[in-house]
Amino acid sequence: MNAPEPFLGDVVHTPVRHHILSVLVENKAGVLARVAGLFARRGFNIYSLAVAPAETKARFSRITIVVDAESAPLEQIVEQLDKLVNVVAISDLSPKDALERELLLATIRTDVNSRTPLSDVVANSGAAIVDVDAHSITLMLAGTPGACDALERQLEDFNTVELHRTGRVALPRLGMTASS
Amino acid sequence: MQLTGAQALIKSLEMEGVEVIFGLPGGAILPVYDPLIDSSIRHILVRHEQGAGHMAEGYALATGRPGVAMVTSGPGATNIVTPIGNAYMDSTPLVVITGQVASGSIGTDAFQECDITGITMGITKHNFLVKSAHDIPRAVAAAFYLATTGRPGPVLVDLPKDLAQSMMEWWYPTTVEELDLPGYRPDVALDEVAVDAAVELIAQSERPVLYVGGGTLKSNASAELLAFANRTGMPVVTTLMARGAFPDSHPQNLGMPGMHGTYAAVTAMQRADLLISLGARFDDRVTGKIPAFAPDAKILHVDIDKAEFNKVRRADVAVRATIKDALNALESAEAAPKDMTAWWARIDEWRATYPLVYDEPTNDGLLRPQAVIEAIAKAAAPGTIVSSGVGQHQMWASQFWPFEEPRTWINSGGAGTMGFGVPSAIGAKIGRPESTVWCIDGDGCFQMTAQELVTARAEGIPIKVAILNNAYLGMVHQWQTMFYDNRQSEVYLSADLPDYVLWAQAMGCVGLRARTIEEMHEAIRQANEINDVPVVIDFRTESEEKVFPMVAAGASNDDIMVHPLQREA
Repeated sequence: MNAPEPFLGDVVHTPVRHHILSVLVENKAGVLARVAGLFARRGFNIYSLAVAPAETKARFSRITIVVDAESAPLEQIVEQLDKLVNVVAISDLSPKDALERELLLATIRTDVNSRTPLSDVVANSGAAIVDVDAHSITLMLAGTPGACDALERQLEDFNTVELHRTGRVALPRLGMTASS
Repeated sequence: MQLTGAQALIKSLEMEGVEVIFGLPGGAILPVYDPLIDSSIRHILVRHEQGAGHMAEGYALATGRPGVAMVTSGPGATNIVTPIGNAYMDSTPLVVITGQVASGSIGTDAFQECDITGITMGITKHNFLVKSAHDIPRAVAAAFYLATTGRPGPVLVDLPKDLAQSMMEWWYPTTVEELDLPGYRPDVALDEVAVDAAVELIAQSERPVLYVGGGTLKSNASAELLAFANRTGMPVVTTLMARGAFPDSHPQNLGMPGMHGTYAAVTAMQRADLLISLGARFDDRVTGKIPAFAPDAKILHVDIDKAEFNKVRRADVAVRATIKDALNALESAEAAPKDMTAWWARIDEWRATYPLVYDEPTNDGLLRPQAVIEAIAKAAAPGTIVSSGVGQHQMWASQFWPFEEPRTWINSGGAGTMGFGVPSAIGAKIGRPESTVWCIDGDGCFQMTAQELVTARAEGIPIKVAILNNAYLGMVHQWQTMFYDNRQSEVYLSADLPDYVLWAQAMGCVGLRARTIEEMHEAIRQANEINDVPVVIDFRTESEEKVFPMVAAGASNDDIMVHPLQREA
């Protein structure tokens, strides 16, 4: 069994040239479609996307988009996004200046032989067991995308029934400011 | 004051100063057509919704005011998608009102339902599906605000039928805050640092070119451009979207750049050491092969839309401003290039060697299309407005019509929409009834939207249409001849089917035909004497005529093909 990835690991699976856009939008019908449609028609690639109501209550939502800065110049992506009338603010986080986190949930079918090694994986990765029955356990990891990648690789040795990841959210590291 | 949503919509349009709506009623928009009877707003009943959209565009391009179109849901809405897309590509301010099925029926595949806000998401500056009757004034006011500020564009307002029929307490937004557009900030303060850098860039240049785009017309900056050009003495090129922004008779105007631009305009850009882009967007029809475009030029890019900076070509200095503000700033800073004597000597040689030419007129029963355009122009009053469709005739009109004033050239640039000519001419004539309006059309384009001449006759809009009838989809014919080994595929239309004279007469217009030079002058004379009904002239033109100069698609602008008459034997 491999040593678990340190909790503050670097991004593993996504290319280095990804950028994180934190996009504050009006919380109105169809806004996500406008953002997604813009990416589609301009040929910009999205690696992951997470949406939730923003801190300012119901009026705004925050969309965290991990973009492939190889598919188009980041400047073009930001400027075209900024032209959407429902987009209120955009901050651009480079991976080195950002704290990125993601949530992983996985249900694993277990038997007598697999319970102990799986418990080791859970313990070493910092994951938590959130549900158990006679034949399965469901575990959860909230961590860096790299930690989630590492856990996902370790779970390849087990009988995974379902595995979901949320896509990442991010904030600037303290002392760093996002450009907007 | 309690109003129905429909009354509120019409009253909102009145509040915005709308004088004319181009439209066609149908089920979902029916409630709105009732209070229209009591409104001061003129309504032009079109024969096809595409006509309504292009008329609104022609009106907007000729007047600078937003064009307004109103149609019903479903097919009414989808029929106006092409004009919306066209207006989006050319940044034309348009407000389109579409009826929608009742709120409760949305999403049920109701009769004449379609998701028009979804369909037009990518081709509008913004669109709204109105959610309550109370919001109708806000949606209309926001639509006009968005359509006309910043970089202009089309905005669509989709109004469910039940909201038009329900009651609301009348109000109207009086402040921008009430429009509830927290993400929209069109106002820009001129960046003094960027202006200083621009002045410095200009001071270092000895081979500058003013690359004038449609944004110059949008910001009504022709007078500022003339002053700046006169003082600095710089050469000027006017793109297809900017024809008329700077007088063609001005000695510094080299004409149109691009695929069918003049040799001098194309080559001056190629050899320039500085391009001053004023509301232009480095379109592929202007740049040709991008890596080979203007290789020695620094770029001073002025635009109101900062997304245009570095999109195609990296700007050395970018100034986000209206063209008017930027030119005023450059003028007060007395920005000036180095001595341009040697530069002008080269340009003058290009102009002298490769002017726009065409073959001698013949009298064998087929006219030279360029000669027809020149003859119409010569007989036209100053300030005559010209519209066109898309294709060879459009390029010839842009090349051979002498444009002297802004907003006298109405055409479809970015989208290249065939059939744009007739309806846009009608819209232009409604906006500026005192001006003569000629549509220089092709036979292919004319067949796409000719039914709007019925509208023109019924509404008393006397435009003049010159069909350059070469019996072909002319530009496709040219490409098949030049780039597909002369294999002619699905390109022949026939000069006689339809009979354009009879068709014009059937639509209540005067129909004339000209085959010879003498008939050409006579038909133009007759057309100019008719001012009460539309006139259509079927000019029989040479099918094999090609548009030159030409830069093949994807080729470098250095590989410009001049007219055969100018090629060395």
